[in-house]
Amino acid sequence: MLKDVVKGLWRENPIFVQVLGMCPALAVTTRSIFGLSMGMATTFVLVSSSVVVSLIRKAVPPQVRIPMYTVVIATFVTAADYFLKANFFEISKALGPYVPLIVVNCLILGRAEAFASKNGVLRSFLDAAGMGIGFTAGLVILGSARELLGAGSLFGVRVMGEGFTNWIIMVLPAGAFITLGLLVGVFNLADQKIKKDTACHVTEKSG
Amino acid sequence: MIKNFFKSDVIKMISALAVVGVFSAITLVFVYEYSMPKIEENIRRATDEGIKSIFPEADTVEEMKHKGVFEVRGQDKNLMGYAFIAEGNGYQGPIQVIAGVDPGLRTMTGLQILESQETPGLGAEIAGDFRKQFSGLSVVDEIECIKNREPDKPGEIEAITGATISSQAVVNMLNNRLAELRDKLGVK
Repeated sequence: MLKDVVKGLWRENPIFVQVLGMCPALAVTTRSIFGLSMGMATTFVLVSSSVVVSLIRKAVPPQVRIPMYTVVIATFVTAADYFLKANFFEISKALGPYVPLIVVNCLILGRAEAFASKNGVLRSFLDAAGMGIGFTAGLVILGSARELLGAGSLFGVRVMGEGFTNWIIMVLPAGAFITLGLLVGVFNLADQKIKKDTACHVTEKSG
Repeated sequence: MIKNFFKSDVIKMISALAVVGVFSAITLVFVYEYSMPKIEENIRRATDEGIKSIFPEADTVEEMKHKGVFEVRGQDKNLMGYAFIAEGNGYQGPIQVIAGVDPGLRTMTGLQILESQETPGLGAEIAGDFRKQFSGLSVVDEIECIKNREPDKPGEIEAITGATISSQAVVNMLNNRLAELRDKLGVK
């Protein structure tokens, strides 16, 4: 059970390992707060649609499953978009078209098709929650790195001294690719090291 | 054969899709009912706050017979100027702003962005320092959007680095709307 949650955080992290949902990951991560709100909106859609897809999985004729999942996802995306507009007007204005675009985030249809349509409600919920948290964490890390270097602040609070010159390139699209590339590299490096360490550990034990 | 086919798969598919569609529609009706008043309230408040920030001493704001143009009067009922809504296409979608100008349509008193879908951190910065350049800007001649140097003539605005299209879009919509206003209000 726990494995379902944890795999989204590390081994199958949507951003750094599966490289899914790149459109919002690259476009809205100019500020950490945008990364966080985008991640939370996506997590909401992901969790709700996974639960619903899992609930209706036995009643869905396989030929029309994709359109049915899409309708479910689009409903939750619209709900999230209106909720943000009603309660977090400023953030919703800043995220612009990227909230409605969650509907085409392949992470969501991917989890519905690969996991929720084959597993029970609880496991689908855990899977979606893990993936959502992993996705949100990825967006926040990306957003924080870019905001720190590109604007000298974190979550809107200035942390760099007055002498710091903003690296404009970091808030430009090129900065998104550079940061993402480096982070994927770091992630792989860390992953390899962990694998190596555990491998050694196992041999020691067996030896 | 054909009869069986219709009895089984096609009907099943259609009814499954119909059920999901109906449920989705019902959900969205509730979401819409809950959020629409709040969203309209947010938009109205943004317009009000926009005018207030452009004309801090405004007492009465009245929409004129020209849509999206507001007459702003101070406490002694003197005309302080006009606030007007301008729209145009930015880099990623429509941009809507509210701007203030003196009664003679010579100097702008300020600018607020009401709606934009520009890239966060880039074009969206039209709502930041860029916007402030418009306070006290001379609009006797057309506003000009310049790049890579400090503005040194009246009526010049420095574009945002990396967001020239968004900057130019704001300048263009203001120029268009100001020309229109001169015409409508009969100010030379």
